[in-house]
Amino acid sequence: MTDIIVSILLLTGASFMLLAAVGIVRLPDLPTRMHASTKAGAMGAMFTMAGVAFFFADGVVFARAFAIVVFILITSPIAAHVIGRAGYFIGTPLWSGTVKDELRDNYDSQTHNLKSGFEGSPESVTPPPEPNSDKTA
Amino acid sequence: MIPFVINIVYFLLLLALLLAFIRLTRGPSLPDRVVALELIASIVVGFVGVHAIDTGISSLLDVAIVIALTAFLAAIGFARFIERGPQA
Repeated sequence: MTDIIVSILLLTGASFMLLAAVGIVRLPDLPTRMHASTKAGAMGAMFTMAGVAFFFADGVVFARAFAIVVFILITSPIAAHVIGRAGYFIGTPLWSGTVKDELRDNYDSQTHNLKSGFEGSPESVTPPPEPNSDKTA
Repeated sequence: MIPFVINIVYFLLLLALLLAFIRLTRGPSLPDRVVALELIASIVVGFVGVHAIDTGISSLLDVAIVIALTAFLAAIGFARFIERGPQA
């Protein structure tokens, strides 16, 4: 019974990692590649560690595998965020079919200031009046 | 049953390692290569886990912890290098 559970967990983890590798080869630009590699890769490592914990069925091994899972779960999003940020700032080209890039107009990559697009308009100083305030009163 | 499954898992992980290596060599920009390196480190963590099951040595999990830690630090260092340039 343990063998079957461990086999399923290992095969699932290896399949997720293979899927991440296929995604990193096939997808067109940096953010989509990171989308494939960080999530599916972390998922595969977590499934593999779950298989290890089930196989040994020991408290110490379980604690170690759990520590690895927690560590991957914490560090993988941080690393992806930092690399994606650096890749965007040095001007890595996006895919030609990219629909939306909100940062390009509103972000100054020299001073790292983010604009909201409402600077200088009256709405940025005072909130707009409520249109329905007199009806309820 | 377990040795057969472990051979299949080794094969799948090797294939994933090969594909990530293709992206590592072909990657058009440096961040692409860093992402491929991070995926390779993640695959190696899985490899070490499967090897721990294969040999029955549970101490190999410490190796997996260290590999995960160094991969994270390498990713952070590479990102700083990419963003600030070699002089910072």
